[in-house]
Amino acid sequence: MTDATVNETEGRTGLWGRLSMSAKRVVWAWAFLAVPLLFFTVVRFYPTLEAFYLSTTDWDLLNPAKYVGLDNYRRLFADPAFWQVFRNTFAYLILGTPIAIVLSFAIAYYLDRVTVLHGFIRALYFLPYLTTAAAMAWVWRWFYQPPPIGVINSLLAWAGIPAQPFLRSVDQALPAIMVTSIWAHLGFQIIIFLAGLRAIPVSYYEAARVDGLGEGAILTRITIPLLKPTTVFLVVFSSIGFLRIFDQVYNMTSNDPGGPLNSTKPLVLMIYQTAFSSYQMGYAAAQTVVLFTILFTISMAQLWILRSR
Amino acid sequence: MDPRATPPARFASVRPGRIAAWTVLFLGGVVMVTPLLFMFSTSLKSAGQVYDLRLVPLHPTWENYVKVLGDGRFARWFFNSVLVATVVTLSCVFFDSLIAYTLAKFRFPGRQAVFLAILSTLMIPTEMLVIPWYLMASKFGWLDTYWGIMFPGMMTAFGVFLMKQFFETVPDDFLEAARIDGLNEFAIWWKVALPLVTPALSALAIFTFLGNWTAFFWPLIVTTDQTLYTLPVGLSSFAVEQSIQWELIMTGAALATVPTLLIFLFFQRYIVRGVMLAGVKG
Repeated sequence: MTDATVNETEGRTGLWGRLSMSAKRVVWAWAFLAVPLLFFTVVRFYPTLEAFYLSTTDWDLLNPAKYVGLDNYRRLFADPAFWQVFRNTFAYLILGTPIAIVLSFAIAYYLDRVTVLHGFIRALYFLPYLTTAAAMAWVWRWFYQPPPIGVINSLLAWAGIPAQPFLRSVDQALPAIMVTSIWAHLGFQIIIFLAGLRAIPVSYYEAARVDGLGEGAILTRITIPLLKPTTVFLVVFSSIGFLRIFDQVYNMTSNDPGGPLNSTKPLVLMIYQTAFSSYQMGYAAAQTVVLFTILFTISMAQLWILRSR
Repeated sequence: MDPRATPPARFASVRPGRIAAWTVLFLGGVVMVTPLLFMFSTSLKSAGQVYDLRLVPLHPTWENYVKVLGDGRFARWFFNSVLVATVVTLSCVFFDSLIAYTLAKFRFPGRQAVFLAILSTLMIPTEMLVIPWYLMASKFGWLDTYWGIMFPGMMTAFGVFLMKQFFETVPDDFLEAARIDGLNEFAIWWKVALPLVTPALSALAIFTFLGNWTAFFWPLIVTTDQTLYTLPVGLSSFAVEQSIQWELIMTGAALATVPTLLIFLFFQRYIVRGVMLAGVKG
Protein backbone atom coordinates (compact mmCIF):
# COMPACT_ATOMS: atom_id res chain seq x y z
CA MET A 1 0.00 0.00 0.00
CA THR A 2 2.97 2.31 0.63
CA ASP A 3 4.26 1.74 -2.92
CA ALA A 4 1.12 3.14 -4.42
CA THR A 5 1.46 6.29 -2.33
CA VAL A 6 5.11 6.75 -3.33
CA ASN A 7 4.29 6.50 -7.03
CA GLU A 8 1.44 8.87 -6.65
CA THR A 9 3.56 11.51 -4.92
CA GLU A 10 6.52 11.15 -7.29
CA GLY A 11 4.34 11.17 -10.33
CA ARG A 12 2.86 14.53 -9.42
CA THR A 13 4.39 17.60 -10.99
CA GLY A 14 3.47 21.27 -11.21
CA LEU A 15 3.01 23.58 -8.26
CA TRP A 16 2.64 20.81 -5.65
CA GLY A 17 5.80 19.04 -6.87
CA ARG A 18 7.85 22.22 -6.60
CA LEU A 19 6.87 22.87 -2.96
CA SER A 20 9.45 22.10 -0.28
CA MET A 21 8.75 19.39 2.29
CA SER A 22 7.90 21.90 5.02
CA ALA A 23 5.74 24.03 2.73
CA LYS A 24 3.79 20.90 1.80
CA ARG A 25 3.20 20.21 5.43
CA VAL A 26 1.81 23.70 5.94
CA VAL A 27 -0.61 23.08 3.08
CA TRP A 28 -1.61 19.74 4.65
CA ALA A 29 -2.16 21.41 8.01
CA TRP A 30 -4.53 24.00 6.61
CA ALA A 31 -6.28 21.35 4.53
CA PHE A 32 -6.90 19.35 7.72
CA LEU A 33 -8.15 22.47 9.50
CA ALA A 34 -10.33 23.88 6.71
CA VAL A 35 -13.58 22.08 7.55
CA PRO A 36 -13.09 22.38 11.33
CA LEU A 37 -12.41 26.12 11.08
CA LEU A 38 -15.52 26.59 9.01
CA PHE A 39 -17.48 24.59 11.58
CA PHE A 40 -16.14 26.48 14.58
CA THR A 41 -16.76 29.81 12.85
CA VAL A 42 -20.34 29.04 11.85
CA VAL A 43 -21.44 26.98 14.88
CA ARG A 44 -19.43 28.53 17.72
CA PHE A 45 -17.89 31.98 17.05
CA TYR A 46 -20.64 33.55 15.00
CA PRO A 47 -23.48 32.33 17.30
CA THR A 48 -21.56 33.68 20.29
CA LEU A 49 -21.41 37.16 18.77
CA GLU A 50 -25.01 36.84 17.63
CA ALA A 51 -26.12 36.03 21.19
CA PHE A 52 -24.48 39.24 22.43
CA TYR A 53 -26.09 41.20 19.61
CA LEU A 54 -29.54 39.64 20.15
CA SER A 55 -29.38 40.60 23.81
CA THR A 56 -29.63 44.23 22.70
CA THR A 57 -32.74 43.69 20.57
CA ASP A 58 -36.44 43.22 21.00
CA TRP A 59 -37.45 40.30 18.81
CA ASP A 60 -40.46 37.96 18.78
CA LEU A 61 -39.37 36.01 15.65
CA LEU A 62 -42.36 37.42 13.69
CA ASN A 63 -41.49 41.11 13.41
CA PRO A 64 -37.97 42.34 12.53
CA ALA A 65 -35.57 42.59 15.45
CA LYS A 66 -35.48 46.08 16.94
CA TYR A 67 -32.34 47.48 18.57
CA VAL A 68 -33.12 48.51 22.14
CA GLY A 69 -29.67 48.98 23.65
CA LEU A 70 -29.43 47.72 27.21
CA ASP A 71 -33.18 47.73 27.82
CA ASN A 72 -33.33 43.93 28.17
CA TYR A 73 -30.74 44.04 30.95
CA ARG A 74 -32.53 46.90 32.72
CA ARG A 75 -35.78 44.99 32.52
CA LEU A 76 -34.11 41.79 33.76
CA PHE A 77 -32.43 43.39 36.76
CA ALA A 78 -35.69 45.14 37.69
CA ASP A 79 -37.68 41.89 37.47
CA PRO A 80 -38.30 40.26 40.87
CA ALA A 81 -38.89 36.95 39.07
CA PHE A 82 -35.29 37.11 37.82
CA TRP A 83 -33.92 37.64 41.32
CA GLN A 84 -35.97 34.69 42.57
CA VAL A 85 -34.47 32.58 39.79
CA PHE A 86 -31.03 33.96 40.56
CA ARG A 87 -31.39 32.98 44.23
CA ASN A 88 -32.65 29.52 43.26
CA THR A 89 -29.75 28.96 40.89
CA PHE A 90 -27.20 29.83 43.55
CA ALA A 91 -29.11 27.84 46.16
CA TYR A 92 -28.48 24.70 44.07
CA LEU A 93 -24.80 25.58 43.95
CA ILE A 94 -24.29 26.70 47.54
CA LEU A 95 -26.16 23.74 49.04
CA GLY A 96 -25.11 21.18 46.47
CA THR A 97 -21.42 21.73 45.83
CA PRO A 98 -20.12 21.42 49.43
CA ILE A 99 -22.25 18.33 50.05
CA ALA A 100 -21.11 16.74 46.80
CA ILE A 101 -17.43 17.52 47.38
CA VAL A 102 -17.31 16.40 51.03
CA LEU A 103 -19.28 13.21 50.32
CA SER A 104 -17.28 12.23 47.26
CA PHE A 105 -13.98 12.94 49.00
CA ALA A 106 -14.93 10.92 52.08
CA ILE A 107 -16.07 8.00 49.93
CA ALA A 108 -12.98 8.15 47.72
CA TYR A 109 -10.68 8.41 50.78
CA TYR A 110 -12.04 5.22 52.31
CA LEU A 111 -12.64 3.42 49.03
CA ASP A 112 -8.99 3.96 48.15
CA ARG A 113 -8.04 1.70 51.09
CA VAL A 114 -10.63 -0.94 50.41
CA THR A 115 -9.24 -4.04 48.75
CA VAL A 116 -12.18 -6.40 49.28
CA LEU A 117 -14.65 -5.93 46.39
CA HIS A 118 -13.01 -2.59 45.52
CA GLY A 119 -14.11 -2.68 41.88
CA PHE A 120 -17.64 -3.75 42.72
CA ILE A 121 -18.21 -1.03 45.33
CA ARG A 122 -16.72 1.58 43.00
CA ALA A 123 -19.12 0.40 40.28
CA LEU A 124 -22.11 0.79 42.63
CA TYR A 125 -21.22 4.44 43.20
CA PHE A 126 -20.38 5.05 39.55
CA LEU A 127 -23.47 3.53 37.90
CA PRO A 128 -25.80 6.53 38.48
CA TYR A 129 -23.37 8.70 36.51
CA LEU A 130 -24.21 6.71 33.39
CA THR A 131 -27.95 7.25 33.62
CA THR A 132 -30.03 9.74 31.65
CA ALA A 133 -30.98 12.70 33.86
CA ALA A 134 -34.36 13.10 32.16
CA ALA A 135 -35.19 9.45 32.84
CA MET A 136 -33.93 9.31 36.41
CA ALA A 137 -35.77 12.55 37.22
CA TRP A 138 -38.98 10.56 36.78
CA VAL A 139 -37.75 7.76 39.03
CA TRP A 140 -36.93 10.28 41.73
CA ARG A 141 -40.21 12.07 41.16
CA TRP A 142 -41.96 8.78 41.85
CA PHE A 143 -39.81 8.29 44.98
CA TYR A 144 -40.95 11.69 46.28
CA GLN A 145 -44.69 11.07 45.78
CA PRO A 146 -46.99 11.26 48.79
CA PRO A 147 -47.89 7.96 50.50
CA PRO A 148 -48.77 5.29 49.60
CA ILE A 149 -47.17 5.73 46.15
CA GLY A 150 -43.84 7.29 47.06
CA VAL A 151 -41.04 5.00 48.16
CA ILE A 152 -39.42 7.53 50.48
CA ASN A 153 -42.64 8.43 52.25
CA SER A 154 -43.44 4.75 52.65
CA LEU A 155 -40.04 4.26 54.29
CA LEU A 156 -40.66 7.27 56.54
CA ALA A 157 -44.06 5.89 57.52
CA TRP A 158 -42.42 2.57 58.33
CA ALA A 159 -39.96 4.42 60.58
CA GLY A 160 -42.79 6.36 62.21
CA ILE A 161 -41.90 9.72 60.64
CA PRO A 162 -44.77 11.83 59.25
CA ALA A 163 -45.10 12.09 55.48
CA GLN A 164 -43.18 14.90 53.81
CA PRO A 165 -44.53 16.94 50.85
CA PHE A 166 -41.12 17.06 49.02
CA LEU A 167 -41.82 18.30 45.48
CA ARG A 168 -45.08 19.92 46.56
CA SER A 169 -43.42 22.17 49.11
CA VAL A 170 -41.78 25.52 48.34
CA ASP A 171 -39.13 24.73 50.96
CA GLN A 172 -38.39 21.10 50.19
CA ALA A 173 -38.69 20.95 46.42
CA LEU A 174 -35.37 22.61 45.61
CA PRO A 175 -33.26 20.41 47.95
CA ALA A 176 -35.21 17.36 46.76
CA ILE A 177 -34.23 18.12 43.15
CA MET A 178 -30.68 19.00 44.14
CA VAL A 179 -30.25 15.58 45.76
CA THR A 180 -30.92 13.87 42.45
CA SER A 181 -28.21 15.92 40.79
CA ILE A 182 -25.70 15.13 43.55
CA TRP A 183 -26.65 11.46 43.26
CA ALA A 184 -26.04 11.43 39.51
CA HIS A 185 -22.61 13.08 39.63
CA LEU A 186 -21.18 11.58 42.82
CA GLY A 187 -19.60 8.63 40.99
CA PHE A 188 -17.72 10.90 38.61
CA GLN A 189 -16.34 12.97 41.47
CA ILE A 190 -15.31 9.85 43.40
CA ILE A 191 -13.39 8.53 40.40
CA ILE A 192 -11.59 11.84 39.95
CA PHE A 193 -10.71 11.98 43.66
CA LEU A 194 -9.48 8.37 43.47
CA ALA A 195 -7.23 9.33 40.56
CA GLY A 196 -5.95 12.28 42.59
CA LEU A 197 -5.28 10.10 45.63
CA ARG A 198 -3.42 7.53 43.55
CA ALA A 199 -1.22 10.28 42.11
CA ILE A 200 0.20 11.15 45.54
CA PRO A 201 3.58 9.36 45.83
CA VAL A 202 3.63 6.66 48.51
CA SER A 203 7.01 7.98 49.69
CA TYR A 204 5.24 11.07 51.11
CA TYR A 205 3.13 8.86 53.34
CA GLU A 206 6.11 6.77 54.35
CA ALA A 207 8.11 9.86 55.25
CA ALA A 208 5.19 11.21 57.28
CA ARG A 209 4.87 7.93 59.14
CA VAL A 210 8.58 7.88 59.89
CA ASP A 211 8.12 11.37 61.34
CA GLY A 212 5.43 9.91 63.58
CA LEU A 213 2.38 11.59 62.03
CA GLY A 214 -0.96 9.95 62.72
CA GLU A 215 -3.69 9.22 60.15
CA GLY A 216 -5.47 12.49 60.93
CA ALA A 217 -2.33 14.58 60.58
CA ILE A 218 -1.41 12.83 57.32
CA LEU A 219 -4.88 13.59 56.00
CA THR A 220 -4.82 17.31 56.86
CA ARG A 221 -1.13 18.00 56.18
CA ILE A 222 -0.42 15.81 53.16
CA THR A 223 -3.47 14.36 51.44
CA ILE A 224 -5.76 17.40 51.41
CA PRO A 225 -3.09 19.99 50.45
CA LEU A 226 -1.77 17.77 47.65
CA LEU A 227 -5.30 17.23 46.35
CA LYS A 228 -5.90 20.95 45.96
CA PRO A 229 -5.80 20.98 42.12
CA THR A 230 -8.24 18.04 42.02
CA THR A 231 -10.53 19.67 44.56
CA VAL A 232 -10.52 23.04 42.80
CA PHE A 233 -11.32 21.33 39.50
CA LEU A 234 -14.22 19.41 41.05
CA VAL A 235 -15.59 22.45 42.90
CA VAL A 236 -15.63 24.43 39.66
CA PHE A 237 -17.00 21.53 37.64
CA SER A 238 -19.74 20.87 40.17
CA SER A 239 -20.58 24.57 40.52
CA ILE A 240 -20.92 24.96 36.76
CA GLY A 241 -23.11 21.87 36.70
CA PHE A 242 -25.45 23.28 39.34
CA LEU A 243 -25.59 26.70 37.67
CA ARG A 244 -26.69 24.96 34.46
CA ILE A 245 -29.19 22.59 36.07
CA PHE A 246 -32.22 22.02 33.83
CA ASP A 247 -33.08 18.41 32.94
CA GLN A 248 -33.97 17.39 36.50
CA VAL A 249 -36.03 20.51 37.24
CA TYR A 250 -37.89 20.41 33.93
CA ASN A 251 -38.84 16.76 34.38
CA MET A 252 -39.57 16.76 38.10
CA THR A 253 -41.87 19.79 37.92
CA SER A 254 -43.31 19.37 34.43
CA ASN A 255 -46.90 20.12 35.51
CA ASP A 256 -45.72 23.57 36.62
CA PRO A 257 -42.13 23.99 35.35
CA GLY A 258 -39.95 25.51 38.06
CA GLY A 259 -42.72 25.27 40.62
CA PRO A 260 -44.23 25.20 43.09
CA LEU A 261 -44.45 29.01 42.92
CA ASN A 262 -41.16 29.25 40.98
CA SER A 263 -39.34 27.95 44.05
CA THR A 264 -37.20 25.53 42.04
CA LYS A 265 -36.79 27.49 38.81
CA PRO A 266 -33.15 27.85 37.73
CA LEU A 267 -31.79 30.35 35.23
CA VAL A 268 -31.65 27.88 32.33
CA LEU A 269 -35.34 27.05 32.74
CA MET A 270 -36.14 30.76 32.72
CA ILE A 271 -34.10 31.12 29.52
CA TYR A 272 -35.93 28.17 27.96
CA GLN A 273 -39.35 29.60 28.81
CA THR A 274 -38.51 33.15 27.73
CA ALA A 275 -37.14 31.96 24.39
CA PHE A 276 -39.30 28.99 23.48
CA SER A 277 -42.59 29.57 25.32
CA SER A 278 -42.86 33.38 25.13
CA TYR A 279 -40.61 33.82 22.06
CA GLN A 280 -38.91 36.88 23.53
CA MET A 281 -35.61 36.10 21.83
CA GLY A 282 -33.81 39.31 22.75
CA TYR A 283 -34.79 39.12 26.41
CA ALA A 284 -33.79 35.43 26.56
CA ALA A 285 -30.45 36.24 24.91
CA ALA A 286 -29.78 38.81 27.64
CA GLN A 287 -30.43 36.09 30.22
CA THR A 288 -27.95 33.79 28.48
CA VAL A 289 -25.34 36.57 28.60
CA VAL A 290 -25.89 36.83 32.35
CA LEU A 291 -25.40 33.06 32.68
CA PHE A 292 -22.26 33.29 30.55
CA THR A 293 -20.88 36.08 32.74
CA ILE A 294 -21.41 34.03 35.91
CA LEU A 295 -19.82 30.89 34.44
CA PHE A 296 -16.93 32.89 32.98
CA THR A 297 -16.20 34.49 36.35
CA ILE A 298 -16.10 31.08 38.02
CA SER A 299 -13.78 29.61 35.37
CA MET A 300 -11.45 32.59 35.69
CA ALA A 301 -11.44 32.18 39.47
CA GLN A 302 -10.36 28.56 38.99
CA LEU A 303 -7.43 29.57 36.77
CA TRP A 304 -6.43 32.25 39.26
CA ILE A 305 -6.56 29.91 42.26
CA LEU A 306 -4.56 27.20 40.48
CA ARG A 307 -1.95 29.70 39.30
CA SER A 308 -1.28 30.99 42.82
CA ARG A 309 -0.66 27.56 44.24
CA MET B 1 1.31 -2.64 40.59
CA ASP B 2 -0.98 -0.63 42.81
CA PRO B 3 1.22 1.10 45.36
CA ARG B 4 -1.46 0.75 48.00
CA ALA B 5 -2.42 -2.87 47.40
CA THR B 6 -1.19 -3.41 50.94
CA PRO B 7 -3.01 -0.91 53.13
CA PRO B 8 -1.07 1.46 55.39
CA ALA B 9 0.17 -0.36 58.47
CA ARG B 10 -1.62 1.89 60.94
CA PHE B 11 -4.93 1.41 59.22
CA ALA B 12 -4.55 -2.36 59.05
CA SER B 13 -3.99 -2.56 62.77
CA VAL B 14 -7.41 -1.00 63.52
CA ARG B 15 -9.37 -4.00 62.28
CA PRO B 16 -12.83 -3.22 63.69
CA GLY B 17 -12.64 0.32 62.27
CA ARG B 18 -11.71 -1.06 58.92
CA ILE B 19 -14.63 -3.45 58.86
CA ALA B 20 -17.01 -0.67 59.91
CA ALA B 21 -15.67 1.60 57.15
CA TRP B 22 -16.10 -1.17 54.60
CA THR B 23 -19.67 -1.85 55.73
CA VAL B 24 -20.65 1.83 55.57
CA LEU B 25 -19.09 2.15 52.11
CA PHE B 26 -20.86 -0.96 50.90
CA LEU B 27 -24.25 0.11 52.26
CA GLY B 28 -23.75 3.56 50.73
CA GLY B 29 -23.12 1.88 47.40
CA VAL B 30 -26.30 -0.13 47.74
CA VAL B 31 -28.23 3.08 48.48
CA MET B 32 -26.73 4.61 45.33
CA VAL B 33 -28.18 1.91 43.08
CA THR B 34 -31.52 1.71 44.90
CA PRO B 35 -33.28 4.08 42.45
CA LEU B 36 -32.08 1.88 39.58
CA LEU B 37 -33.24 -1.30 41.35
CA PHE B 38 -36.67 0.18 42.03
CA MET B 39 -36.92 1.38 38.45
CA PHE B 40 -36.25 -2.11 37.06
CA SER B 41 -38.40 -3.80 39.68
CA THR B 42 -41.40 -1.56 39.02
CA SER B 43 -41.03 -1.96 35.26
CA LEU B 44 -41.68 -5.68 35.87
CA LYS B 45 -44.82 -5.15 37.96
CA SER B 46 -48.37 -5.06 36.68
CA ALA B 47 -50.43 -1.91 37.24
CA GLY B 48 -52.15 -3.46 40.26
CA GLN B 49 -48.87 -4.19 42.04
CA VAL B 50 -47.19 -0.82 41.72
CA TYR B 51 -48.07 0.26 45.24
CA ASP B 52 -46.59 -2.92 46.60
CA LEU B 53 -43.09 -1.66 47.23
CA ARG B 54 -41.24 -4.95 47.56
CA LEU B 55 -38.08 -4.94 45.47
CA VAL B 56 -38.52 -8.39 43.95
CA PRO B 57 -41.87 -8.35 42.12
CA LEU B 58 -44.36 -10.95 43.34
CA HIS B 59 -45.50 -11.78 39.81
CA PRO B 60 -42.90 -10.39 37.42
CA THR B 61 -44.28 -9.65 33.98
CA TRP B 62 -42.99 -8.24 30.70
CA GLU B 63 -46.36 -6.69 29.91
CA ASN B 64 -45.13 -3.12 30.46
CA TYR B 65 -42.29 -3.64 28.00
CA VAL B 66 -44.71 -5.13 25.50
CA LYS B 67 -47.03 -2.17 25.98
CA VAL B 68 -44.34 0.52 25.82
CA LEU B 69 -42.46 -0.96 22.87
CA GLY B 70 -45.74 -1.87 21.17
CA ASP B 71 -46.52 1.85 21.15
CA GLY B 72 -44.08 2.12 18.22
CA ARG B 73 -42.94 5.58 19.22
CA PHE B 74 -40.49 4.24 21.77
CA ALA B 75 -38.76 2.03 19.22
CA ARG B 76 -38.48 5.07 16.97
CA TRP B 77 -37.06 7.28 19.75
CA PHE B 78 -34.61 4.55 20.63
CA PHE B 79 -33.50 4.36 17.03
CA ASN B 80 -33.22 8.16 16.81
CA SER B 81 -31.01 8.27 19.90
CA VAL B 82 -28.77 5.48 18.65
CA LEU B 83 -28.42 7.18 15.27
CA VAL B 84 -27.74 10.67 16.62
CA ALA B 85 -25.30 9.54 19.32
CA THR B 86 -23.43 7.25 16.91
CA VAL B 87 -23.04 9.78 14.11
CA VAL B 88 -21.97 12.58 16.44
CA THR B 89 -19.50 10.27 18.18
CA LEU B 90 -17.93 9.16 14.89
CA SER B 91 -17.71 12.76 13.76
CA CYS B 92 -16.06 13.89 17.01
CA VAL B 93 -13.61 11.01 17.06
CA PHE B 94 -12.61 11.80 13.47
CA PHE B 95 -12.52 15.59 13.48
CA ASP B 96 -11.42 16.28 17.06
CA SER B 97 -8.47 13.95 16.71
CA LEU B 98 -7.58 15.30 13.25
CA ILE B 99 -7.61 18.88 14.58
CA ALA B 100 -5.69 17.85 17.69
CA TYR B 101 -3.08 15.98 15.64
CA THR B 102 -2.59 18.93 13.31
CA LEU B 103 -2.17 21.33 16.22
CA ALA B 104 0.17 18.98 18.07
CA LYS B 105 2.40 17.78 15.25
CA PHE B 106 2.51 20.44 12.53
CA ARG B 107 4.47 23.69 12.74
CA PHE B 108 2.82 26.47 10.79
CA PRO B 109 2.06 30.14 11.30
CA GLY B 110 -1.25 30.64 13.10
CA ARG B 111 -1.12 27.30 14.91
CA GLN B 112 -1.27 28.79 18.39
CA ALA B 113 -4.01 31.22 17.37
CA VAL B 114 -6.17 28.40 16.02
CA PHE B 115 -5.66 26.38 19.20
CA LEU B 116 -6.54 29.29 21.47
CA ALA B 117 -9.59 30.17 19.36
CA ILE B 118 -10.91 26.60 19.60
CA LEU B 119 -10.04 26.39 23.29
CA SER B 120 -11.87 29.65 23.99
CA THR B 121 -15.15 28.08 22.87
CA LEU B 122 -15.00 25.91 26.02
CA MET B 123 -15.96 29.08 27.87
CA ILE B 124 -19.19 29.48 25.93
CA PRO B 125 -22.07 27.56 27.53
CA THR B 126 -24.47 25.69 25.24
CA GLU B 127 -27.34 27.71 26.71
CA MET B 128 -25.93 30.87 25.18
CA LEU B 129 -25.74 29.32 21.73
CA VAL B 130 -29.13 27.60 21.55
CA ILE B 131 -30.99 30.75 20.46
CA PRO B 132 -28.63 31.47 17.53
CA TRP B 133 -28.59 27.74 16.70
CA TYR B 134 -32.36 27.69 16.71
CA LEU B 135 -32.49 30.68 14.37
CA MET B 136 -29.89 29.05 12.11
CA ALA B 137 -31.82 25.77 12.09
CA SER B 138 -35.08 27.50 11.29
CA LYS B 139 -33.48 29.58 8.51
CA PHE B 140 -31.96 26.51 6.81
CA GLY B 141 -34.93 24.22 7.45
CA TRP B 142 -33.09 22.06 9.96
CA LEU B 143 -35.81 22.12 12.62
CA ASP B 144 -37.22 18.63 13.11
CA THR B 145 -34.39 16.93 11.24
CA TYR B 146 -31.62 14.60 12.43
CA TRP B 147 -29.04 17.05 11.17
CA GLY B 148 -30.68 19.76 13.24
CA ILE B 149 -30.20 17.67 16.39
CA MET B 150 -26.66 16.70 15.48
CA PHE B 151 -24.95 19.71 13.94
CA PRO B 152 -23.99 21.63 17.10
CA GLY B 153 -22.00 18.69 18.47
CA MET B 154 -20.14 17.48 15.39
CA MET B 155 -16.82 18.79 16.77
CA THR B 156 -15.94 19.75 20.34
CA ALA B 157 -13.20 21.86 21.86
CA PHE B 158 -13.06 19.37 24.75
CA GLY B 159 -12.16 16.55 22.36
CA VAL B 160 -9.48 18.66 20.65
CA PHE B 161 -7.98 19.64 24.00
CA LEU B 162 -7.99 16.06 25.29
CA MET B 163 -6.57 14.48 22.15
CA LYS B 164 -3.89 17.15 21.65
CA GLN B 165 -2.25 16.22 24.92
CA PHE B 166 -2.02 12.62 23.83
CA PHE B 167 -0.75 13.33 20.32
CA GLU B 168 2.01 15.44 21.86
CA THR B 169 3.36 12.28 23.50
CA VAL B 170 3.67 10.50 20.13
CA PRO B 171 7.39 10.57 19.16
CA ASP B 172 8.15 12.59 16.01
CA ASP B 173 10.55 9.83 14.90
CA PHE B 174 7.60 7.50 14.28
CA LEU B 175 5.94 10.02 12.02
CA GLU B 176 9.21 10.87 10.29
CA ALA B 177 9.84 7.18 9.59
CA ALA B 178 6.41 6.89 8.02
CA ARG B 179 7.11 10.01 5.97
CA ILE B 180 10.35 8.47 4.64
CA ASP B 181 8.33 5.35 3.78
CA GLY B 182 6.32 7.64 1.52
CA LEU B 183 3.03 7.79 3.40
CA ASN B 184 1.10 10.97 2.83
CA GLU B 185 0.22 13.13 5.82
CA PHE B 186 -3.33 11.84 6.06
CA ALA B 187 -2.14 8.23 6.02
CA ILE B 188 0.46 9.02 8.68
CA TRP B 189 -2.26 10.35 10.96
CA TRP B 190 -4.68 7.54 10.21
CA LYS B 191 -2.31 4.57 10.19
CA VAL B 192 0.55 5.61 12.48
CA ALA B 193 -0.54 8.28 14.95
CA LEU B 194 -4.15 7.27 15.67
CA PRO B 195 -3.39 3.69 16.73
CA LEU B 196 -0.94 5.07 19.29
CA VAL B 197 -3.62 7.06 21.12
CA THR B 198 -6.46 4.51 21.19
CA PRO B 199 -6.99 4.72 24.98
CA ALA B 200 -7.64 8.46 24.72
CA LEU B 201 -9.70 7.94 21.60
CA SER B 202 -11.95 5.40 23.31
CA ALA B 203 -12.33 7.72 26.29
CA LEU B 204 -13.42 10.49 23.93
CA ALA B 205 -15.81 8.13 22.13
CA ILE B 206 -17.41 6.95 25.37
CA PHE B 207 -17.84 10.49 26.67
CA THR B 208 -19.27 11.79 23.44
CA PHE B 209 -21.69 8.90 23.11
CA LEU B 210 -22.82 9.18 26.71
CA GLY B 211 -23.22 12.95 26.44
CA ASN B 212 -25.33 12.68 23.32
CA TRP B 213 -27.34 9.71 24.55
CA THR B 214 -28.40 11.65 27.63
CA ALA B 215 -28.66 15.08 25.92
CA PHE B 216 -31.97 16.78 26.63
CA PHE B 217 -31.86 20.56 26.29
CA TRP B 218 -31.02 21.03 22.60
CA PRO B 219 -33.07 18.06 21.27
CA LEU B 220 -36.02 19.41 23.27
CA ILE B 221 -35.68 22.76 21.54
CA VAL B 222 -34.98 21.65 17.99
CA THR B 223 -37.67 18.97 17.68
CA THR B 224 -41.44 19.37 17.89
CA ASP B 225 -42.27 16.42 15.64
CA GLN B 226 -42.68 13.38 17.91
CA THR B 227 -41.16 11.01 15.35
CA LEU B 228 -37.84 12.88 15.61
CA TYR B 229 -37.61 12.99 19.40
CA THR B 230 -34.57 11.43 20.97
CA LEU B 231 -35.21 8.96 23.79
CA PRO B 232 -34.89 11.44 26.71
CA VAL B 233 -37.22 13.97 25.06
CA GLY B 234 -39.65 11.24 24.02
CA LEU B 235 -39.62 9.74 27.49
CA SER B 236 -40.30 13.14 29.02
CA SER B 237 -43.35 13.75 26.83
CA PHE B 238 -44.48 10.14 27.29
CA ALA B 239 -44.26 10.46 31.08
CA VAL B 240 -46.34 13.64 31.03
CA GLU B 241 -48.97 11.79 28.98
CA GLN B 242 -49.07 8.80 31.35
CA SER B 243 -49.22 11.08 34.40
CA ILE B 244 -49.68 8.45 37.11
CA GLN B 245 -49.02 5.16 35.35
CA TRP B 246 -45.69 4.81 37.11
CA GLU B 247 -45.04 1.26 35.92
CA LEU B 248 -45.07 2.47 32.30
CA ILE B 249 -42.91 5.50 33.10
CA MET B 250 -40.40 3.27 34.91
CA THR B 251 -40.34 0.94 31.91
CA GLY B 252 -39.55 3.88 29.63
CA ALA B 253 -36.86 5.09 32.02
CA ALA B 254 -35.39 1.58 32.15
CA LEU B 255 -35.24 1.44 28.35
CA ALA B 256 -33.34 4.74 28.31
CA THR B 257 -30.93 3.51 30.97
CA VAL B 258 -30.20 -0.07 29.88
CA PRO B 259 -27.91 0.72 26.91
CA THR B 260 -25.46 2.84 28.89
CA LEU B 261 -25.45 0.33 31.75
CA LEU B 262 -24.71 -2.48 29.28
CA ILE B 263 -21.90 -0.46 27.75
CA PHE B 264 -20.53 -0.02 31.26
CA LEU B 265 -20.69 -3.74 32.03
CA PHE B 266 -18.68 -4.55 28.91
CA PHE B 267 -16.21 -1.67 29.05
CA GLN B 268 -15.97 -0.96 32.77
CA ARG B 269 -12.18 -0.74 32.83
CA TYR B 270 -12.08 1.51 29.78
CA ILE B 271 -14.77 3.80 31.13
CA VAL B 272 -13.30 4.27 34.59
CA ARG B 273 -9.86 4.84 33.08
CA GLY B 274 -11.42 7.17 30.52
CA VAL B 275 -13.05 9.27 33.22
CA MET B 276 -9.71 9.48 35.02
CA LEU B 277 -7.91 10.42 31.79
CA ALA B 278 -10.44 13.04 30.83
CA GLY B 279 -10.83 14.40 34.33
CA VAL B 280 -7.15 14.66 35.08
CA LYS B 281 -5.97 15.80 31.65
CA GLY B 282 -9.05 17.70 30.61
